[in-house]
Amino acid sequence: MSTIETPAAAEVAAEATPSPGGKAPVSDRLRHERRLGWRLSAPAFIVMILVTAYPLAYAVVLSLFKYRLTDPDAREFVGLQNYATVLTDPIWWSSFVTTAIITLVSVAVELVLGFGFAWVMYRIIRGRSFVRTAILVPYGIITVVSAFIWRYAFQLDSGFVNQWFGLGDFNWFGERWSSLVVITLSEIWKTTPFISLLLLAGLVQVPEDMLEAAKVDGATAWQRLWKVVLPNMKAAIMVAVLFRTLDAWRIFDNPFVMTAGANDTETLSILAYRQNVTLVNLGAGSSVSVLLFFTVVVIAFIFIKGFKTDLSQVRGDG
Amino acid sequence: MDGRKTSNWWTVWGLLILAWAAFPLIWMVSLSFKSPDTFRTSSGFWPKDWTWDNYSTVFRDELFTSALRNSAGIAVIATLLSVIIAMFAAYAIARLEFRGKKLLLSMALAIAMFPQAALVGPLFNMWRGLGIYDTWIGLIIPYLTFALPLSIWTMSAFFRQIPWEMEQAAQVDGATPWQAFRKVIVPLAAPGVFTTAILTFFFCWNEFLLATSLTSTDRARTVPAALSFFTGASQFESPVTAIMAASVVVTIPVVVLVLLFQRRIVAGLTSGAVKG
Repeated sequence: MSTIETPAAAEVAAEATPSPGGKAPVSDRLRHERRLGWRLSAPAFIVMILVTAYPLAYAVVLSLFKYRLTDPDAREFVGLQNYATVLTDPIWWSSFVTTAIITLVSVAVELVLGFGFAWVMYRIIRGRSFVRTAILVPYGIITVVSAFIWRYAFQLDSGFVNQWFGLGDFNWFGERWSSLVVITLSEIWKTTPFISLLLLAGLVQVPEDMLEAAKVDGATAWQRLWKVVLPNMKAAIMVAVLFRTLDAWRIFDNPFVMTAGANDTETLSILAYRQNVTLVNLGAGSSVSVLLFFTVVVIAFIFIKGFKTDLSQVRGDG
Repeated sequence: MDGRKTSNWWTVWGLLILAWAAFPLIWMVSLSFKSPDTFRTSSGFWPKDWTWDNYSTVFRDELFTSALRNSAGIAVIATLLSVIIAMFAAYAIARLEFRGKKLLLSMALAIAMFPQAALVGPLFNMWRGLGIYDTWIGLIIPYLTFALPLSIWTMSAFFRQIPWEMEQAAQVDGATPWQAFRKVIVPLAAPGVFTTAILTFFFCWNEFLLATSLTSTDRARTVPAALSFFTGASQFESPVTAIMAASVVVTIPVVVLVLLFQRRIVAGLTSGAVKG
């Protein structure tokens, strides 16, 4: 705490010093401010670089080698061969498609559902804090716990779902599509609150008088939604969708607990985990890691350049 | 009249959201009270005979109790460190003009989007080389890193709303810089710091991928990782009901925090998204 006091006080002192008209004291103050800014953010910079940028660079290097921990002496430089191996392997593409399906379906459903939730939280008067409290529980609950809850609800021996819906002994985890349904349901339950809160933040910024004016002019509720509300919260929607898309794209916990990747339900994160940690195949595993990172960069690029998602404005930069 | 009717409708929708959020939790609690021997035959929603057996099973199991200790310790330490580091950075972002500001925010953004799975290979290898594989510190370091972006944004959004000129006003009124800081700025900044700490704690409490990749024994294995290794009281018993009992136990802190600090958490989650 005392460390913060020093810069704050120092700056106040600098401001309090009367600058006698010349330019020198001003630039002095600026230089001081700049140096202080760097110093205060240095720990954050260093930690972030050491724990993400450095290992990622290390992964790039490893990905150019044939390297298994089980056979470390056989380590040899193979250039881009690991990438060729991964990209021609049907397992990579199956994981890619699985990840894409889960991402597209869950984000699309969550966007609609989350908007509905945001609208209710915005309009509700009696029970407002109840709803907001309730919605935070799925947000805060451990994803692995949520995955177990949903898995046991559908699982043949413990579940009630088949009994309630008269599905007999249908094995939800015996097929790809039905496994994906349960995985996606759990994902939607757990993460809709997050998207709905981001949308709520955008919703409260829609000018109320504009809505009133549209109402007076005879616009229907549907027209007001599409012509007034949604255009005014475009930035919030884009940011919510970007964040949720990238979050869904790295989905690991849910499919890991439900199927552990059985029946073609392996996602890209599970593939990277299995190659690196289970099989300790660090060469090929690292190329999966780098490719996974690359897909994320591409998605972010499409959103930021293609859809002009303005992150700086929405994330409060400046 | 019309207004009250609409208001009632919104409350009905609110109740539906409440049911949507609560239903899976009720199922979790219900299943945790079913007997591990008979939960298969009583496959309805509610238990036929309620039993505490599963709770005594999990609390007798060293795997769960050590995981609970590890989870609490690692999450609290990582949260504290992350919040302290982020506090300095957020202060700089909210109050100072310097060229690295944009870079810091972009970097935080990039890390928030970073696929952690891309790091498990190199970290696994590096941590074994450094001798911190399967230790608390081996999890604390990546946790505090991945929590930093959220901490920095949330806190800088809060800090930007603080009327910093009050500090000067206090000094003009005769307070020393330290008094001005402690009596004026700390009380104003504390809620933002506290809210950030709650959100960061949720993140660390929840994390699974790194926990399962960078640990191998109950020395550092956290609850989410331990749950996936859980067996029942004996190898002949299904772990289903015991896992649900353990799940109920680790969900209690989340529910308590949410009940106590609902308003703050909502403000924290939305603050970064609203222009500060």
